[in-house]
Amino acid sequence: MGLDFSILPEYSDYFLTGTLWTLALTALSMFFSISGGILFAVLQLNRHAIIRWPTSFIAWLFMGTPLLLQLFLVYFGLVQIGIDLNAFVAGVIALSLHFAVYNSDIIRSAIVAVDSGQVEAARSLGLSNFQALRKIIVPQAVANVTPALGNMMIALLKESALVSVIGVMELTLSAQRAISDSFRPFEFYIAAAAIYYIINLGLEQAVHFAERRTARYR
Amino acid sequence: MDIQLIAKVWPFFAEAAVVTVEISVLAILLGLSIGFAAGLGSLSHNKLIRLPVRFYVSFFRGTPALIQLFLLYFGGPQVGIQLDPFEAGVIGLGVNIGAYMSESIRGAIISVDKGQTEAGRCLGLGHAQVMRKIIIPQAARLMVRPLGVNAIALIKGSAIVSTISLVELSYTAHRFISSTYKPFEMFILASVFYLLIVTVFSYGVRKVDQRVAMD
Amino acid sequence: MSENLIEIRGLKKNFGDLAVLKGIDMNIRKGQIVALIGASGSGKSTLLRTINQLEEATAGEIWFDGQLVNQDLPHRAREKHLNQLRREIGMVFQHFNLFPHLTAIENVTLAPTMLKLQNKSDALTSGKALLDKVGLADRIDHYPSQLSGGQKQRVAIARSLAMSPQVMLFDEVTSALDPELVGEVNRVMKQLAQEHMTMIIVTHDLRFAEDVSDHVVFLADGLVVEEGPPAQIFADPKHELTQSFLKQVF
Ligand SMILES: Nc1ncnc2c1ncn2[C@@H]1O[C@H](COP(=O)(O)OP(=O)(O)O)[C@@H](O)[C@H]1O
Ligand SMILES: [Mg+2]
Repeated sequence: MGLDFSILPEYSDYFLTGTLWTLALTALSMFFSISGGILFAVLQLNRHAIIRWPTSFIAWLFMGTPLLLQLFLVYFGLVQIGIDLNAFVAGVIALSLHFAVYNSDIIRSAIVAVDSGQVEAARSLGLSNFQALRKIIVPQAVANVTPALGNMMIALLKESALVSVIGVMELTLSAQRAISDSFRPFEFYIAAAAIYYIINLGLEQAVHFAERRTARYR
Repeated sequence: MDIQLIAKVWPFFAEAAVVTVEISVLAILLGLSIGFAAGLGSLSHNKLIRLPVRFYVSFFRGTPALIQLFLLYFGGPQVGIQLDPFEAGVIGLGVNIGAYMSESIRGAIISVDKGQTEAGRCLGLGHAQVMRKIIIPQAARLMVRPLGVNAIALIKGSAIVSTISLVELSYTAHRFISSTYKPFEMFILASVFYLLIVTVFSYGVRKVDQRVAMD
Repeated sequence: MSENLIEIRGLKKNFGDLAVLKGIDMNIRKGQIVALIGASGSGKSTLLRTINQLEEATAGEIWFDGQLVNQDLPHRAREKHLNQLRREIGMVFQHFNLFPHLTAIENVTLAPTMLKLQNKSDALTSGKALLDKVGLADRIDHYPSQLSGGQKQRVAIARSLAMSPQVMLFDEVTSALDPELVGEVNRVMKQLAQEHMTMIIVTHDLRFAEDVSDHVVFLADGLVVEEGPPAQIFADPKHELTQSFLKQVF
């Protein structure tokens, strides 16, 4: 059977809703993964080993295992302890957790990389530790993390396809549904890939823009 | 924590881990070969080579690996490519990681100082000779780490082949979660194997890195 | 009067909108030692790099030993033509550009063996002789990272000489060196001069230029402003740009 891309428009509804869900999933997970990443980074830099060690252990565990496995853990694990989430929420939690760990790594090294002379300079001007953090370290660290964090967010978009396996009706699963109706996997996966590709391009542009905006603080 | 259950099912995980290792190693080898060819190709002066290579890299880095795998495995038969899950897994993962690896290789090559090429060309050496004897030996040291990062990402990313029913670690975890309703235990069990594989592999990469840094 | 080894006619070079060389005419005879001087940014490096086509000329002609260097050829033919020519034109850079993964002797023998000009053992013999000549007989198995700047630069000179070039181009080869290491590199160039190697030496070291060269070319803003024997240029410059340049530097 040859290829026939002309049937794609018939299924445009699938693609539209799938794309919207993918965008929602990605945007929410980005937000939580960055917030979580900051929290994790701060915890891992804590003075007290009792706080540092467990967070470091979780980070190590999550960086060494596949996202897919973490997705199973969140989705089925929460059910086991009596929390029955819908798949979308479970997907957001798993993606956020997974990327929060990677983000925290980036954020932590960016904080550490800010020249300690900067803090000393700030303290010698009479700023408190917190003020030094907010006014001096954060702006520089933001500039330092933007490129790497941007790459993570681009990765997040693509990895979000995995939540199709727990039944979130995002772009990948929508394509699968359309395929079970049309029996044309090639055309539909190409179409889904093209949509991901376009979103990816947009995201790359956004990251470049953010990099340019923050570069002057470096 | 149901220790008894873990004691009972772990051999299935061990067996599955072997499959994960097999598929990862084969995909990494395929990825390295593609990565080298594409890394060099993306730097070619010839547009007919460079542009298709850049398109390959951009497409495979710009779309989900899962979609690529589905396209190959489910869509392949429509264009005359019939693969079993293992073959599709190796090829799908290898072609995907090859795109990332080509960027690591290209990055290493272009970060070798331009003066090196100029010095070589001034001696009358041709482009290919300069590449082979001057640039690549220096780039090799710079590419070990990023390629190691790619390879480790692949090992973890290989979990996606469970979706085309290849019985590896993640597939086994999923299967036992469904049959035992013990997600934590199964997660821990599979994680131990993944961490083991990743740790051994990282150690190997570090050793190779030290070796090339030394000579 | 011996024949011209290099003839440059109306040479122009632009980088995008920036005109760097604006019409250079120059003749270099066999055995001549030319000092190329001028303010930083005047186009000295660009001129050297156009001679061996590290930079493509925008307009004009460069003739080397009776051959047109900047011929309009298809890519492959051009590469072959340039590879042939570059064997004859040695170049030494400000930052050495030694191959860091190769020892001193390997740096020197790489090109002659790869290009099959010499077999391995001949290349080794003549490579050792060259390193000996530049005073590095005891450093042949050292890697560049184990050498001082002056030693690196002498290896780089030996590496170029290994191709038995007809002309050597030196681009500020002592500028990156600690002052106490300048002399050892200058001595090597001086020795080459005494052996009548054709050389173009770009330098800010005007005393050395005066000492070593038999012809000085002063470049300003992409043009040859004045040229002549060193005694005249340094003692009695005619052009006011030359005068003010020399006043600033000396
Ligand atoms: N690759 C290049 N691209 C753009 N501009 C260049 C390049 N190389 C040199 N230039 C410019 O050409 C001018 C002359 O440079 P150069 O030949 O290096 O001068 P010199 O060696 O006399 O100091 C300078 O303004 C420099 O900025
Ligand atoms: Mg210069």
